[in-house]
Amino acid sequence: MAGRIGKVMAQVAMVMNLDKCIGCHTCSVTCKQAWTNRSGVEYAWFNNVETRPGQGYPRRHEDQERWQGGWKRTAAGRLKPRAGGRLKKLATIFANPKMPAIQDYYEPWTYDYEHLITAPLGDDIPGARPRSLITGEPMQIKWSANWDDDLAGGEELASRDPIVQKIGDKVRFEYEQSFMFYLPRICEHCLNPSCVASCPSGAMYKRAEDGIVLVDQDKCRGWRMCVTGCPYKKVYFNHKTGKAEKCTLCYPRVEVGLPTVCSETCVGRLRYLGVVLYDVERVGKAAAVKDEKDLYEAQLDVFLDPDDPDVQAAAIRDGIPERWLDSARRSPVFKLAKHFKVALPLHPEYRTMPMVWYIPPLSPVVDALSETGHDGEDASNLFAAIDTLRIPVEYLAELFTAGDPAPVKRVLAKLAAMRAYMRRINLGQEKDESIAQSAGMTGEEIESMYRLLAIAKYEDRYVIPTAYGVDEADRGVIEEIGCSLDFEGGPGMGGMGGNVPFGEASGRPEAATVETFHALRDRQTSDGHSGPTRRFNLLNWDGNGRPPGLFPDRDRQDENEEAK
Amino acid sequence: MNPTALDYMLWGALPYVVLAVLIGGTIWRYRYDRFGWTTRSSQLYESRILRIASPVFHFGLLVVIIGHVVGLLIPETWTDAVGITNDMYHVTALSLGAIAGVTTLGGITLLIWRRRTTGPVFSATTANDKVMYLVLVAAIVAGLATTLFSAVAGLTSGEEVDYRETVSPWFRSIFLLQPDVPAMSAATTPFQLHALIGLALFALFPFTRLVHAFSAPIWYLFRPYVVYRSRENQPTQPTRPIRRGWT
Repeated sequence: MAGRIGKVMAQVAMVMNLDKCIGCHTCSVTCKQAWTNRSGVEYAWFNNVETRPGQGYPRRHEDQERWQGGWKRTAAGRLKPRAGGRLKKLATIFANPKMPAIQDYYEPWTYDYEHLITAPLGDDIPGARPRSLITGEPMQIKWSANWDDDLAGGEELASRDPIVQKIGDKVRFEYEQSFMFYLPRICEHCLNPSCVASCPSGAMYKRAEDGIVLVDQDKCRGWRMCVTGCPYKKVYFNHKTGKAEKCTLCYPRVEVGLPTVCSETCVGRLRYLGVVLYDVERVGKAAAVKDEKDLYEAQLDVFLDPDDPDVQAAAIRDGIPERWLDSARRSPVFKLAKHFKVALPLHPEYRTMPMVWYIPPLSPVVDALSETGHDGEDASNLFAAIDTLRIPVEYLAELFTAGDPAPVKRVLAKLAAMRAYMRRINLGQEKDESIAQSAGMTGEEIESMYRLLAIAKYEDRYVIPTAYGVDEADRGVIEEIGCSLDFEGGPGMGGMGGNVPFGEASGRPEAATVETFHALRDRQTSDGHSGPTRRFNLLNWDGNGRPPGLFPDRDRQDENEEAK
Repeated sequence: MNPTALDYMLWGALPYVVLAVLIGGTIWRYRYDRFGWTTRSSQLYESRILRIASPVFHFGLLVVIIGHVVGLLIPETWTDAVGITNDMYHVTALSLGAIAGVTTLGGITLLIWRRRTTGPVFSATTANDKVMYLVLVAAIVAGLATTLFSAVAGLTSGEEVDYRETVSPWFRSIFLLQPDVPAMSAATTPFQLHALIGLALFALFPFTRLVHAFSAPIWYLFRPYVVYRSRENQPTQPTRPIRRGWT
């Protein structure tokens, strides 16, 4: 460990293994059901899956010449939001000059289902026409969040991909050379968040305990600068409430040790969640290194090794609980990013120090090999292909390492070595240490990496400590109150807090607290009843007898009667 | 001319009612409706017209506000003392005021036209917004009218209506808790009308989207870029009283 350790902070971070993504959008759909199935954010997908090469969502969001997201390094070596510093932000506050319009995302719509049952009897079968959720008028659907799904590589769409344009004329989308992969994206919960830096109200913040970046809905005044500030375009403006909303990393779940909804429901089990310790005092300097290509290494240097006794002492000094340290030592994210060095940050050149990392896909290389009739699992074939297949490698480098192909090649070589090494084991052949060595690893390391990437169980993929101050002692103390939205007039009961004078967007929203989730987790993870209140589910009632929980306790009821 | 009972009501009592509503209403709104406290921006729907109209309106309005502060708060004796003649003062005030006023009016006209003609923006307009726009436009128009009347009167008869001897002393006297009703009742009708509409606007202020003006984020200039917050500050108890399932 070089140098003094500054203030230690913990971050709940994610790694996604892109080779495993089948592009099923289950993460997007479950996320939408959990967080954005409300009016005002119909167009917002906190989690979306893009087909690459492709334009992404919102369209061409990676074109920072146009959208001005992220940070810019000034000549003096300091960082400044690319869209302008504090004075410029305030000077342009009356109309944000760099904000995507709804058409850059897509115009959300519904279908005129009612027409199906109210149409008069006639010769034609009635249809449900699409209707805009913005204007309410009939509309023609021309684009959506995943319109170019699976169409990557096609000349028409992929040639408008900002990365393809950056690589330039080297990329020709001929059929034999085409490749594609899926890129699921959520908020990066950056160490140096430019959305937070752009918020004039100070409503956006990074949580000190777990690094989750959130919007304080009571403090947001709708200035929209965060939408511009985020280079990943992962802060959305709710056009009904006039407030910014974003991926919360499912903090109510993470606080009780459950993985995010997108991770939990991922069909390919490609997501990993874990704690990364970092030195917050090194972040500013690391994000401002001169050469963009050094940003990946600079960010790795900010991470602290939880097995280092000095780091442990510094963490305890800075108030990080023992169980967080323990969790950090078992963190799959730390292992993949720093130990095996197979995970890479998405667009480090934005200088935000993103904390959702990706294991780049080897599949474009394997596919290209197999299509030419070569053995796609043979080590020497794979290594040769990684060196010669310039285009996928350069494309991945533009995504993950600011255009430097060397780290991408190293990662792909490790993945290729793992593939070839493990095949020999599966086929009952002798272990070939030389395969491991050619990727700079040992056979033992490869097997350990293989366990983490291929067979890691739920507890190995999601290593999440419960939030500070909510330890085991709190469990069961707080009564379960059922669904936290099911109070009188609440959203669960069909209202938005009842009648309020300033329309549906006003009034005080109900806070989602970790305390209610403790009870919910008990209920979700236990086989029988849990929590002090045992309510009877009327859906299963056959009408006979008086099952426990159907009525309140007789004693308490009698007490109430007497009180009257 | 002696002030009538109506004058006392309008210029002696009403300002305090409006002040109470403005201050009390703002506190109430802040406590009750922090979530509804926003600019309610419609930029996501339409950006092209907004990008011109909104800055024109807001910057115009800022100049108008500065003009009002100078005209109402700085006594005539002070400007006399630094050697600014009455003519100099009025020519500057009227010309600057006219430019700022016309800019503001032009901006808001464009904004309202956009609001009416752009489908999504119109459907996001509430009754509350419509009332607010009406009063706001009335205040701007009446204000411009006073400017015009003053200029015309100054040009034709050479006798300028000097609001600095009527409206301004009255305005200052409100805050000294000794409302100078005679001064205000001596003002001409356009000035009185403008003042009344202004009072209506202040009374409406806390209950409309105008509250976003109170959260002008000036302190952004002085804070570090990245904000950290601890979840320790959050309540550790459920936010609602726990009720039994069947009550």
